[in-house]
Amino acid sequence: MVDEGTRKTLSGIPLLQTKAGPRDKELWIQRLKEEYQSLIKYVQNNKEADNDWFRLESNKEGTRWFGKCWYIHDLLKYEFEVEFDIPVTYPHTAPEIALPELDGKTAKMYRGGKICLSDHFKPLWGRNVPKFGLSHAMALGLGPWLAVEVPDLISKGIITYKEKEPEKAT
Amino acid sequence: MGTLVELQAKIAELEEKLKAAQQFVVKREKIDVMSSEVVDTNPYSRLMALKRMGIVDNYESIRNFTVAVVGVGGVGSVTAEMLTRCGIGRLLLFDYDKVELANMNRLFFQPHQAGISKVEAAAQTLRNINPDVDIQTYNYNITTVDNFQHFMDTISTQSLTGGNVDLLLSCVDNFEARYAINTACNELNQIWIESGVSENAVSGHIQLIIPGETACFACAPPLVVASHIDEKTLKKDGVCAASLPTTMGIIAGLLVQNTLKYLLKFGSTANYLGYSALIDFFPTMKLKPNPSCDDSYCKIRQTEFSSKPKLITDDQKVEEEKPLHEDNNWGISLVDESLPEGDCKEEIATGISLAYALPRQDVDVSPGSASAADGINLDDLMAQMKSI
Ligand SMILES: [Zn+2]
Repeated sequence: MVDEGTRKTLSGIPLLQTKAGPRDKELWIQRLKEEYQSLIKYVQNNKEADNDWFRLESNKEGTRWFGKCWYIHDLLKYEFEVEFDIPVTYPHTAPEIALPELDGKTAKMYRGGKICLSDHFKPLWGRNVPKFGLSHAMALGLGPWLAVEVPDLISKGIITYKEKEPEKAT
Repeated sequence: MGTLVELQAKIAELEEKLKAAQQFVVKREKIDVMSSEVVDTNPYSRLMALKRMGIVDNYESIRNFTVAVVGVGGVGSVTAEMLTRCGIGRLLLFDYDKVELANMNRLFFQPHQAGISKVEAAAQTLRNINPDVDIQTYNYNITTVDNFQHFMDTISTQSLTGGNVDLLLSCVDNFEARYAINTACNELNQIWIESGVSENAVSGHIQLIIPGETACFACAPPLVVASHIDEKTLKKDGVCAASLPTTMGIIAGLLVQNTLKYLLKFGSTANYLGYSALIDFFPTMKLKPNPSCDDSYCKIRQTEFSSKPKLITDDQKVEEEKPLHEDNNWGISLVDESLPEGDCKEEIATGISLAYALPRQDVDVSPGSASAADGINLDDLMAQMKSI
């Protein structure tokens, strides 16, 4: 199920064309260019909408991705490292996005800090192979996860604001 | 530290503990040839009795077979133990996780193994149970580019005869790893059995995949065994997945039972067998491959299979095959994404449905594609992304 907000976000993210994974050599380079183009556009959209929330970069082969994502809660910015590998079966299967520093802190994660996606994500991804790319995985996977889990983790005191944090007894 | 008496008591206590620990490490010796002699000391006598009773023609041939178990968790570890006790020739174990205390609701692993890799912990226990089995361990994630090639090389060369393993058993817990196994098995023409337990722990399945002959994992969206739970009352807040040792043990049992039937050629091997725990229902069906499967090697195997002469046995004639490829069988109900998931699940056999329907036409979210202009340089794009 896709709500109006998500539909709107999706409509601004360029779809991809090349059905190729990291084992496909030259076609993968083609796909990688599309991934970057789509990500650049998505980040630009976010900035324009005053909703900039992540940065990603990859190794030269485009098989390993890393970066940062952040979430604003009560005017404070909570930032996390993001990482994932591109599986050999990409883009038939979505990447398993991980926030390693939250591993073990929430039940909505699998081993290694891989986020637990909603029941709707995989069917939606499956129906949109190969048009969905990493920007869609971020928008439909990580974005909604942060919006639900970060406020919950803050309210439980499991994560705390890091910069300019007032002194407190430990 | 206290008096002499206290120290003596302490020594006695430790000696007692040492004795108990030594009892645990009693090892049985390797056995060269499986004997059917019924004596207390023969670990194979009850298995060889299957031969005497006429159930299995040649039980000891199990020693010639190599089975790969991918995923050594709740299902895979029990699967590996059963095969070890049955005296399989060689076992290849693949997993990248470590044993954790959170796994203790399942069978096989023990608390003192927490922190050790699952494959290593399993190999220790299994070698102790049956030293005749040759156990090899591979501690990595098969879905990454580098490991996948090693995985393929291993599956295709590490059997006792130096070729493809006799059977690969998928006991992984996620879609990505299943898809990777499917890709490898189609390429290598490797027969395998896929297994799974649902995240709500009350249903499961096994599926025999013979490349080109039966539907592969990519031929259709994942199959779902009806759990007879009202989706609306199913709560997933705060948890990813539940698990029960019972459901996992049952699926492992069905998996190994069919492995034995397949390898030792007795009975008939299930193609798709589901298990719905809440109503004790076991749906079965046979699935033909999809001629327009997304996996190019699946299509190659289908062509190879269709050009082979086939032996028709009576029960095969009777068995109704479900064609996954007829569009109107499952693809017709074009799904508006805004429909609730439940509305697009189509039952393809009693109690078994597809996880979702594929659209026949492109889903209408069309802001224009990322133009795949050849003129653009990847390095420039990477730099642009970095400097935003
Ligand atoms: Zn297929």
